[in-house]
Formats: sequence, C-alpha cells, structure tokens
Amino acid sequence: MNPIVLWFNKLGSPPNFHRYATRWMPWYFGAALLLLGIGVWGALFRVPADYQQGDSYRILFIHVPCAWMSLFVYVTMAVQAAIALVWRIKLCEILAMACAPIGAAFTAITLATGSIWGRPMWGTWWDWDPRLTSELVLLFLYIGVIALDASIEDRRRGARAAGFLALIGLVNLPIIHYSVQWWNSLHQGSTISLLGPSKMDASMILPLLATVAAMQLWFVGSLLSRARTMLLEREAGKAWARDLAGRDMSRADA
Amino acid sequence: MSAPTLPRAAAAMLARDLRLAWRRRGDTLQPLLFAVLVVALFPLALGSERARLAMLAPGAIWVAALLASLQGLDALFRSDAEDGSLEQQLLAPVPLSLLLACRMFAHWLTGSLPLILVAPLLAQLLFLPDHLLAPLLLSLLVGTPLLVLVGSTVAALTVGLRRSGMLLPLLALPLYVPVLVFGAGSVMAAAQGQDWLGAVLLLAAGLVLALVLAPLAAAAAIRIALP
Amino acid sequence: MLFIPIYSANHGPASCKISAMPAIAPPPSFLLDVRGLRFDRNDECVFGPLDFAVHSGEALLVTGGNGVGKTTLLRVLAGLLRAGEGELYWHGEPCTRLPAEGIAFVGHLAGHKADLGALDNLRFAAGLHGSRRGASPTSALASVGLAGYEDIPAGRLSAGQRKRLSLARLLLSPARLWLLDEPYANLDRDGITLVDRLLGKHLSEGGAALITTHGAYAAPPVQTRTLLLDAQARNAQSVDAENVGVESPNMESGA
Repeated sequence: MNPIVLWFNKLGSPPNFHRYATRWMPWYFGAALLLLGIGVWGALFRVPADYQQGDSYRILFIHVPCAWMSLFVYVTMAVQAAIALVWRIKLCEILAMACAPIGAAFTAITLATGSIWGRPMWGTWWDWDPRLTSELVLLFLYIGVIALDASIEDRRRGARAAGFLALIGLVNLPIIHYSVQWWNSLHQGSTISLLGPSKMDASMILPLLATVAAMQLWFVGSLLSRARTMLLEREAGKAWARDLAGRDMSRADA
Repeated sequence: MSAPTLPRAAAAMLARDLRLAWRRRGDTLQPLLFAVLVVALFPLALGSERARLAMLAPGAIWVAALLASLQGLDALFRSDAEDGSLEQQLLAPVPLSLLLACRMFAHWLTGSLPLILVAPLLAQLLFLPDHLLAPLLLSLLVGTPLLVLVGSTVAALTVGLRRSGMLLPLLALPLYVPVLVFGAGSVMAAAQGQDWLGAVLLLAAGLVLALVLAPLAAAAAIRIALP
Repeated sequence: MLFIPIYSANHGPASCKISAMPAIAPPPSFLLDVRGLRFDRNDECVFGPLDFAVHSGEALLVTGGNGVGKTTLLRVLAGLLRAGEGELYWHGEPCTRLPAEGIAFVGHLAGHKADLGALDNLRFAAGLHGSRRGASPTSALASVGLAGYEDIPAGRLSAGQRKRLSLARLLLSPARLWLLDEPYANLDRDGITLVDRLLGKHLSEGGAALITTHGAYAAPPVQTRTLLLDAQARNAQSVDAENVGVESPNMESGA
C-alpha cells in the first residue's frame, strides 16, 4: 500500500497520534519562537519607517499574519469537521474542536493589534473598518462553535454539532465579507485602509514571511498540544491511556 | 391502505402548526409585541426629535424585526422535541426536510407576517418618510423569510439542549449579519437616493438559495443533535 | 497543515452496511434479522454484539434490568440512533436502516401535541405515516376505549389515556413491525388486556413486534421468544474492544 496512505492510516489511531504529538510538539513551538524572534527583530530594527504612517505601521508584522491565520484556522476547522461528519472519525472531531480556541485567539489578537494600529490614524480605539468588522463577526462565529461544543454533554455529538455549525459559518464567511464591504461603501466610513496606499518595501517581505511561518508553526504546535490533551481526556478509560499513566507513575516513583 | 404522499404530509404538517399557533395565540403574538416594544424604546432613549428618529427609523425597525425573530426561534423545535413529536417526524416515510420546510413556513406566517403588516404603524412611530415605506416593506418581505430559514437551521442544532439562554442568539447572530446589512442597508440607500433594488435582489437570491438548502441542512442538523 | 486520518482505530465508518463477510441471506419468513449489532456511547459499549431475528407472527420480548440498553436497542432499530457495527436485514434484504413505512415506534415520550385534541393528533399521524386499510382515526379511538374523547386536548388526558392514544396511533399505522418500549407502563388492568388484545390481532395478521419490558409486568399471551440483555458481560474488556457484550437468547415459547 502507498506509504503515505499507510502513514495517515497509522496516525489516525489514538496511541500513535499521542506519541507523534508528544514527540514533535516542542520542536514546532521552538521553531515558531525562533522564527518569531527573527521576524520581530527584522520588523523593529531592519525595516525602514513608512513615509506616511511613521513607525506605527510596524505592528502589521503581527497583525497581518494573525489575520491570515484566523481565516486559515477556520477553513482548517471546517475541513476537519466535514471529514468528521462524513466518515465519523473521532480524531478529526477532536482536531476540529481543538482548532476553535486557537482560531479565536488569533482573531482576538488581530482585533487588538488592528485597534492599536488604528489609534494613531483614527484617533479612536475602534473605527468600523470593514476588515476589522469582518474579523469581529468571525470572532463571534468562533465563540459560537466553542459554546455549542461546550453545551452538549455527549462529547462526540457536541463535536459533530459544533462542526456542522462551523460548516454553515464557512458558507457564510464570503457573504459576510462582501456584505460588510458593501455596507462600508454605503455609509462612506473610513477610507483609510489599514494596509494603506504605501507599497510594500522589498525589505519588508522577509520579516513578514518569517512571522507568517512562525504563526503557522505555532498553530500546528498548539493544535497538537490541545488535541493530545483532549484525546487523553476522552480515551481515559482505554487500555493504552492507562498503560501510559502507569508508565509515567512508575517513572515518577523510580 | 393509504400511503402518505408528499403533498398530504406537507398539508398535515402545515395544518397542525397553524392549529397549534392558533391554540396558543398569546405565545405566538409575543415576538410581535416585543418588536413593538423595541421600536418604542428608541424615542425614549434618543429623544423625540423628528429628524433624528426619521434617520434611524429603517435601522431601528429592522433591528426590532431581527430581535423578534430571535425570540421565537427557541420555541420552534423545543415543544416537539420534549413531547416526542420530533421522533415521530423522524420516523415518518416522508423526507424530514419537507416537514421542516412546512414548519419554517408556518413559523414565518405566524411570526413575521404580522410584523410586516404592523410595519407601517412602526414606521409612523418613528416618523419614517413616506417614500421609504415601500422599500422597507419589500426588504422585510424578502428578508424575514431568510431570517427564519437561517435561524431555524441553527435552532435545529440546539435541539435537545436544556433551555439554552443566550446560546441560540449567539449562534444565529453572525449568520444574521448579512441579512441585516442588506435589508436595512437597502432602505438607507433609498434614503440617500441611491440604487436600493440591487440589495433587495441580493436578498432575494439568498432567499432562493436558503429555500433549497436550509430545510436539508436543518434535517441533517436535527439528526446530528438529537440525543 | 491538514491532518486527515483515514482510519480510526476504534471503528470503521459506522453504519449497518454489509460487512465484507459473504452474506448468508436469512430465509424469507424472517421479517427482521439482526447480526452483530452494537452501539457505543462515549466510547462505552451499551450493548452488543447482538444476533437475533424476528419472524412475522411473533413477538420478541426484550428483557433485562434497568439501564441495560433495552430502550437504546429499540431506538437503534427504529433508526433514531446509529449503530456502531452490525447488519440489518429486512425481508432478507440487507439495509442500512429499517424502512420507515415498515416500522411503528412507541417510546417513552407520547408523541402527541398537548394542545391538540385526540382526534386531531391521530389525523396528523395518519397524514404523516399513512394509514392502514380500513382504519380511520375515529374507529381507532373507539378501539382503544377513548370513544368520547375526540376533542379533549391530549394534555388533559391522564397518563394511561395518553398511552391508549399512542396505541390508537399504532392501530392506524400500516407498519408490519411494532417497536414498543414498555407498552404496559401506566396502564390499568383493562389497559393491559387491551395491549394484549391488540398485539394478538396484529400478530395474527402477519405482523410482528419487539417489546421491551422489565418482566415485572404481564407478558403477552402470544407466541413469544425472549431476548435477555445481560448487564455484567457488557463491560468493556481492556484492549479487545471487540469482545464486548453478550446476548443470551432464551428460546422460550409462551403459552
């Protein structure tokens, strides 16, 4: 059989996933921190100040990757949910539900950094910028998924219901985006787009790529960590989990 | 033996829901009263200055319609889930999506249509200019069914939960945002003298899509969520 | 990065699809045949794997203590819950779910609207499920002893009367297989006799029934076999999740 398919196959079994996650998690986090450090250093010290916005635009090196991640994580969550609903694979249910808090965090950071970025420009902490408004609705979508999953006692049923909600939200995302843009044009709100008319200087690309890669790696590490914990919680009665606990305890005694 | 044909089952469902709404007409009218209350709150909060209220009128009426729609949503499936009727509907030889579509239609007839009929009165309360009444009614006519369809799909996901409080509004609101934007926005566009029909047509397109997809999605959601 | 595990270690895609084993079709006198049926909740096996069959003209009694999974079994057969594993055969044909027009389910919840009258409730049920030839809502009400109660809202009926209303719904239904969850609950002696009489008539016309009961109530005086769900053996053994649950069909023929 195709070795890649075999690998996916094996990864799907809970003990294997646990082993994989435990082993690789620190590496993902470590690489993410390293790249983040490089990106932030480049953003703060190497990139020239913008001619229009001065130094305050530097926060875009955090804001933009987080915004991209907030959308990317939502799509990932929806894809996992779709697989979980069609094939009833338990691990996909867990992965989908683990994505939700991570995505919500990215969205919250996007909103916060967007607000900080906008303050020098708008004079207020919030302006109904179309992009930020879309992000706000996205945050509510995430919170809805988390809340629905939390309110159903049967964990598998909760994950499936919340996953279905995520899919409905996915269909709605482009609609929300375009409706907010139309709304903004209608009410002639702020015309200063956050990314501004200033072109991206060539030296900006590298730090931006670094922070984007850092966010991606952080997401994977965080996902592995959360999914691992959720898996242990749900499989607590199974033999492999008990063996694991037994081994850890005997190691602690020894 | 008479087999259950689709029209017959649909008619039975519709008749049942309308009859039930009539039996409990007090409960059925509550969302409407809520909408009127919400509209009455705006002048109380913002002052009765004519020009200011007239500017806010389309948005306020739309917000009231949206909140009223949310009010009635929780009760949509709860009663059937609690007394076992939903189980029997799941076991019927007719597609569940058809039964749910009839139920959503009955819900719109008893909940939103009275609101549309009362809308001219609400418009008077907020000094809405006369030339904006037609856009308002048209946008409500196209938008409220969309609210019912989308909201019912989300309500189907919470079937079987204990009284969920704010959960249902939280789940439904992000999906309501585009409807509100285009619905209220069309009237605002008319107020500014711009093209408003385009937004209503967009809503209508969304309505057609939802008419097909929402019953199917709601049927799937009920099967997922029912304990 | 997308994790797409294709296989889950616990179960394959859960459904009552035909397994890879060569299907030995059961003889056609069987109405319902169940093989290897198993249901899990929260990763604990509720019952299974079960093998049993129901012939037309007989009633299968499912007994066992509280919480052993009788109601869940009935709901799985009705199609309200999805089994983890197993195959279902209806009239010898394999299927994923029993056909809706072939089964009628009376569960713990009454299934009537409290605000509608008894006759209105039955009319709705007839519109939804179809009705047996020669049966009408009025005659069904009369058959269960609720003749004067057509317009009384179902919410004002007593628990026993509501049970009788569910039985009237059964009478109307054209289904061949009745799935009855604790049909004797809430009924007085006349009611118990009524259930027995209705069952006897249904079985003599070629129908079949699956009845759950504690065993403390009367059993139908018709040809019955008993399926005993045993609670002890169904606790999951540590690793071999397959070897869970047991069924001990006691083949007893009733009087």
